[in-house]
Amino acid sequence: MAIEMPIESWSASVSTVVLGATADDGGTRTSTVTLGGETTLPFLDFEGETPHPPALAMEVLDTEPRGWPEPLAAPFGDVLGDPAAWAAKCVEEFDADLICLKLVGADPLGRDASPDECAETVRKVLEAVGVPLIIWGCGDYDKDNEVIPVCSQAAAGERCLLGTAVEDNYRTIAASALADGHLVIGESPLDISIQKQVNILLTEQRVPEDRIVMYQVTGAVGYGVEYAYSILERTRLAALSGDKMLGMPMVSIVGSEAWKTKEAWMEEPAWGPLERRGILWEAATAEMFLLSGTDMLIFWHPEALKYTRRLVEDLVKS
Amino acid sequence: MLAIGERINGMFKEIGRAIGEQNKQVIQDCARNQLAAGADILDVNVGPAAADEQAAIAWLVETIREVTDAPLSLDSTKPAVIRAALEACTGDKIINSTTGVPEKMAEMLPLAAEYNCPIVGLCIDAEGVPRDAEGRMEIALNLVAGCMEHGIPTDHLYIDAVILPVNALQHVPIQVCRAIGMVPALADPPPKTVLGLSNVSQGTPKRKLLNRTFLVMALAHGLDAAIVDVTDRELMEAMIAAEVLMNRAVYCDDFVSAYLASRR
Repeated sequence: MAIEMPIESWSASVSTVVLGATADDGGTRTSTVTLGGETTLPFLDFEGETPHPPALAMEVLDTEPRGWPEPLAAPFGDVLGDPAAWAAKCVEEFDADLICLKLVGADPLGRDASPDECAETVRKVLEAVGVPLIIWGCGDYDKDNEVIPVCSQAAAGERCLLGTAVEDNYRTIAASALADGHLVIGESPLDISIQKQVNILLTEQRVPEDRIVMYQVTGAVGYGVEYAYSILERTRLAALSGDKMLGMPMVSIVGSEAWKTKEAWMEEPAWGPLERRGILWEAATAEMFLLSGTDMLIFWHPEALKYTRRLVEDLVKS
Repeated sequence: MLAIGERINGMFKEIGRAIGEQNKQVIQDCARNQLAAGADILDVNVGPAAADEQAAIAWLVETIREVTDAPLSLDSTKPAVIRAALEACTGDKIINSTTGVPEKMAEMLPLAAEYNCPIVGLCIDAEGVPRDAEGRMEIALNLVAGCMEHGIPTDHLYIDAVILPVNALQHVPIQVCRAIGMVPALADPPPKTVLGLSNVSQGTPKRKLLNRTFLVMALAHGLDAAIVDVTDRELMEAMIAAEVLMNRAVYCDDFVSAYLASRR
């Protein structure tokens, strides 16, 4: 007996955002990434469309990471101390759609890299790869307010995604995005109302709605990911019901979150072989967020990206 | 809530004069102001004094369409005037209105069917406005049946439970609230509800206070749309606060500007 699928019809769709500027648009990117445009909840192809499959990015740190577990460091060989080479490997060998350059070195409690140093790193990464770039600050508001404008200017015209704007610190990044033709990540501490508020603050600073991507701070599987899922799902439902202030595409970090769990690196035979565990933790986290509506995932391990790519291709029928 | 801006009505002196003089600027400014204040739909009414109503409403519709594609509520009790408006109006529109009087339904419902647009149905019959919610629902059921007969989807019907001035008919507001709550059960898909809000305060000194208080009460009973003065900022803020309080819009600290920005 054939089952008739009950079809929901939504009054609105997720907005569409384009990352990366090719030569035609005044940039030097060789590819662009388009996010959003969904007309229903994730992957319900009997009910709506996923015009742009979720994008899979890889994170590159501007400082050589210390203490990465062996299974994580192994695929990278000797590039981890060179952001440009690291980025190139992610694109050429590991099939990343974008690079997320995390300027952890700028942290005043760490290397305290200068804005000019950071900008130089941005330039080198832009030269090394043709994919769109995410430029992510160190999280210290005052330092980021010095670093982001200089990096934004170094990347002017490339239509990068700058991160992040928060409720207490959004004006500088908004101004940089407007001045240099970039987009902004609006960040919230896993709170739907604060996310909406950040978006409103950004649009009041004249950042257009189609230049905002939403980022909820989430943990990995085992660390409250069900609650995170529910927040992302509520956000997507609001978008489809017509709330333009929650209608932007969403990005989720899976690499750094999954690999900071003890499950990813601790020797514990009862938990299964260590050389697969972290990869699977990252891939499982990615799948969770894909199902909640996330449009872009930021990975550390190339195999987790590869698993997720197969899943995405399966879920998004062309 | 769908906010239907009430200002383009010939009974307002400035608008009446603009219609008479064919002054586009006044009409277009009024349209723009209402949209900026948060109107989703613009009501269009030539008023009682227009010389040639059909020509006047067509002129109003065309004039407004020069500056916006927003849906228009075509406001007249006369089928010929409604037809003239429908012919002039590209884009989305809603017919405002028919009553439950069978002869009126026979004239108006075919227009809604022909132009495939929503229609407002007033809970008024040959005996006038019913005393209570139940009486209003009897008429509403006839309106639903009429829609079905004419092939109009039942969710194209906006039931107006007819609010009357509280100073004269104080028992009415609560009956209207109860009626609004009863409408969704009348059909599947459920009809919607609308009110001509300002009527509740007709002839009273504290009009704005009564208008915004009654609007919130009606929203709490499930009101979908209202014909209001969108330029009354306190009214709009009360409406938006009510939407948030009813969990129909996600809360954020700047919820008023978020609501208005979200509907641009």
